[in-house]
Amino acid sequence: MTTPSIKVAPEAAVKPADKGESLFKRHVASFFQSWSAVVGLFVLVTLVIAAFTAPWFAPQNPYDLATLSIMDNMLPPGETLDTGVVAILGTDELGRDMFSAILYGLRVSLIVGASSVLFAAMIGASVGVLAAYAGGRIETFLMRVVDLQLSFPSILVALVLLAVFGRGVDKVVIALIIVQWAYYARTVRGSALVEKRREYIEAARCLALPKSRVVFRHLLPNCLPPLIVVATVQIANAIALESTLSFLGVGVPVTEPSLGMLIANGYRYLLSGNYWISTFPGVALVIVIVAINLVGDRLRDVLNPRLSR
Amino acid sequence: MLVYLIRRIGQSLLVVAVMATLVFLAIFAVGDPVAILANPEADQRELDAITARLGLDRPMYEQFGIFVWNALQGDLGRSFVYAEPATQVILQRLPATLELAFVGLLFSILIGIPLGVIAGLKPDSFFGRSIMSTSILGFSLPNFWVGLMLILIFAVQLRWLPASGRGETVNVLGVQLALFTANGWAHLILPAITLALYKAALVIRIAQAGTRDVILQDYIRFARAKGLSYRRIVGVHVLKNMMIPVVTVLGLELGSMIAFAVVTETVFAYPGMGKLLIDSINRLDRPVIVAYLMMTVIIFVVINLVVDLLYAAIDPRVRLSEAKG
Amino acid sequence: MTAPVLDVKDLSVTFHTREGVVTAVNEVSFAVKAGEVLGLVGESGSGKSVTGLAVLGLIDPPGLIAGGSIKLNGRELVGLPEKDLRKIRGKEVAMIFQDPMTTLNPVLRIDTQMIEAIRAHEKISEKAARARAAEALEKVGIAAPEERLKAYPNQFSGGMRQRVAIATALLNRPAVLVADEPTTALDVTIQAQILSEVQNLCAETGTALVWITHDLSVIAGLADRVAVMYAGRIVEEGSVPQVLEAPIHHYAAGLIGSVPSRNKRGVPLAQIQGMTPSLANLPPGCPFAPRCGAATDICRRVMPEATPYEGDRAARCHHPLSSPTPIAA
Repeated sequence: MTTPSIKVAPEAAVKPADKGESLFKRHVASFFQSWSAVVGLFVLVTLVIAAFTAPWFAPQNPYDLATLSIMDNMLPPGETLDTGVVAILGTDELGRDMFSAILYGLRVSLIVGASSVLFAAMIGASVGVLAAYAGGRIETFLMRVVDLQLSFPSILVALVLLAVFGRGVDKVVIALIIVQWAYYARTVRGSALVEKRREYIEAARCLALPKSRVVFRHLLPNCLPPLIVVATVQIANAIALESTLSFLGVGVPVTEPSLGMLIANGYRYLLSGNYWISTFPGVALVIVIVAINLVGDRLRDVLNPRLSR
Repeated sequence: MLVYLIRRIGQSLLVVAVMATLVFLAIFAVGDPVAILANPEADQRELDAITARLGLDRPMYEQFGIFVWNALQGDLGRSFVYAEPATQVILQRLPATLELAFVGLLFSILIGIPLGVIAGLKPDSFFGRSIMSTSILGFSLPNFWVGLMLILIFAVQLRWLPASGRGETVNVLGVQLALFTANGWAHLILPAITLALYKAALVIRIAQAGTRDVILQDYIRFARAKGLSYRRIVGVHVLKNMMIPVVTVLGLELGSMIAFAVVTETVFAYPGMGKLLIDSINRLDRPVIVAYLMMTVIIFVVINLVVDLLYAAIDPRVRLSEAKG
Repeated sequence: MTAPVLDVKDLSVTFHTREGVVTAVNEVSFAVKAGEVLGLVGESGSGKSVTGLAVLGLIDPPGLIAGGSIKLNGRELVGLPEKDLRKIRGKEVAMIFQDPMTTLNPVLRIDTQMIEAIRAHEKISEKAARARAAEALEKVGIAAPEERLKAYPNQFSGGMRQRVAIATALLNRPAVLVADEPTTALDVTIQAQILSEVQNLCAETGTALVWITHDLSVIAGLADRVAVMYAGRIVEEGSVPQVLEAPIHHYAAGLIGSVPSRNKRGVPLAQIQGMTPSLANLPPGCPFAPRCGAATDICRRVMPEATPYEGDRAARCHHPLSSPTPIAA
């Protein structure tokens, strides 16, 4: 028996998703076939840009107390402020222009939502893929922890955590991460269990690649599609959860309000007819959430090989 | 069936025990238990008294023992704000929350199942498609915002329903219930709808998927070949099979319904356990928070147990496989 | 000559799919008399199951009955409104399906499923219905029927479930029973048992039986007459001894020849070359032409008409095999 004279490149065990370029283009093309997804994406991108360029083009910085005048407070939409700015969405009880406040609030909501999802996904995916690859008692233990975490409603866990830690943007993000990671862990473990049996993983193992390399460089990337779908929709859920927590008074502090905080602020004026303080931030919140869901839904259809419309 | 029951009860007790341990660790091992459990304005004498009563100068395992012993007797500390045992404060408000959760569950079933079955029987019709798109809204819209909108529309603009509070109650077996008064129902409708929306959307999706799945099965074709009426086929053959995943999800989500009641009760200023929790967090009334957690866990566990038993009642395959295995 | 219980003439069933209109059943005609057994034979995709469903009126969109007539005891079924069809289904015509594991509703008890079949068609007390159900179970060979009635389907084996289905179908003593490959999914030994049981039952009640199958050997032992289907058409029809001994159509001959027991040891198994055509892409002319050894130009161009032959036979072939004299049209 002769030894093979061909040298196999050590990383050749990577699954042929390296014709990834054309695949990516195909996915993108497929994505744009749904008009609702395109609308959602457009709205989302517009809102994100608006939120992040807020300091430049918002009519007023609502958190610079020097620019506020108490004489401008509780103006209904369309009225003009002392400074000559038109408050197209009205002002709140401190004279803050709602439009500007919404833009700034949008920024906080988006940052909190996106960053919590990013970190929770990284943690959860690592745990999930490790559990699936390690198998046996490690997997059982990790999954029991995941199940335990998931059996408690997220709102209660977040509430209790924030009750203990106190308010603050960073604390909210941490609470959201703790509440979410298990969900990603379970999703990724599911895909990893399927991918684990594919030939390219066996090939990688045969090449005696170190386990960590097989897991992180070969297994994990192929478990990403369902994770991406879940994560996208979860951003909307994270934003919704954060706004709920802020509404309840345990979320972000008053100095850095998110959309939920703004809604909470205006809650007490609802009954007396000054609807705009709560309603407009609410509408903005709903638009963001629906837009993200539209995009996420379409992503799910595009990345699911079984559904082809 | 009996074996199944015993096993499930055992599992439930385990979960309660784990939760109790976690809560104990959070209060006693992390941070200063005296500061957490004592009134911030207490003087040294009171602090000493609490320390002695809770045995905080004793070793950890003894403290755990005291904690568990107290807990089993229903003593989870005294509320700072109400100067009553925390358990009692919560139990007083439990009926209100349970009523809300119960009516919410009812609404989600009444709305969700018919809509889901219709969407499943005619998925490509206008109705079917619009039901599914609206259900997406049901998931994604934040609970509190829906509540606010309902208040705005029905209480402020139309003035049909009250915006907050609980209605008149009637004393039934020592418990104050609002379900028996018209006024009570008026106060329950908006909060219950708010609470039910998320669940209803979930039920619609599952009922639709289940119905669509079941309709294609051979046994439905056989039922049609027998000449059964459409009503019987849908009402008996389809429904019973489709209910299985629905019951599973509803059961698992019932606990979260009680949790989400926290938000709904705050929006509607409804005097239940949830609002109590928020108020307690804001007022740093920690014994009540602890009591709330323990109470909620127990409720969850009981609910899961009941759901599992219901599941076994509906789906004979579960019972039989448990009996064999 | 007694009138047939089931008389199908020029039945056509089409399906309107995204790829176009598919004619699954194309001008199919056959007749069954009371107590007679007709075997409907063909490969998968030949349209035999669809024919059976059409008789029951169970063709759902995107399919529809595009033409022809189905007469049950003289009454026309095509075009009948659904509520009238429902009265007939399960009462005058019944059907059993291929997979016994999925034919019965897993969450309902056997008695529920049998009693409802009776009570859907007549006003009868539950006790009386239950007694009839127990009697029916006994007739199909299920011991201790009263107790078994209270059981759930998953407590029965495949063969027993199929027996329950047969018993259910025969509860109201229908004039016609359509059986769509009911023994294909079962063990060979159970198959034989069930075959003979069904045969006896139908003989006893005078029920006409249409047995749909792809297995010729089943037909040989069971049926009085046989109709061979190919690509949605009946290509040959006649009594079983006639067709099996002297087939007219080349496809029928091929089927008979490819039955393993008919082949000699040591000689490669005879088979028909090629594959069944896709119903969406049928060639003009005879659909069997691409696979037929005797095909000529006319076969590829012109669809052969159904020619009646002596001895109450018929076939669609431009170059019929063997002897029987065609009856001048």
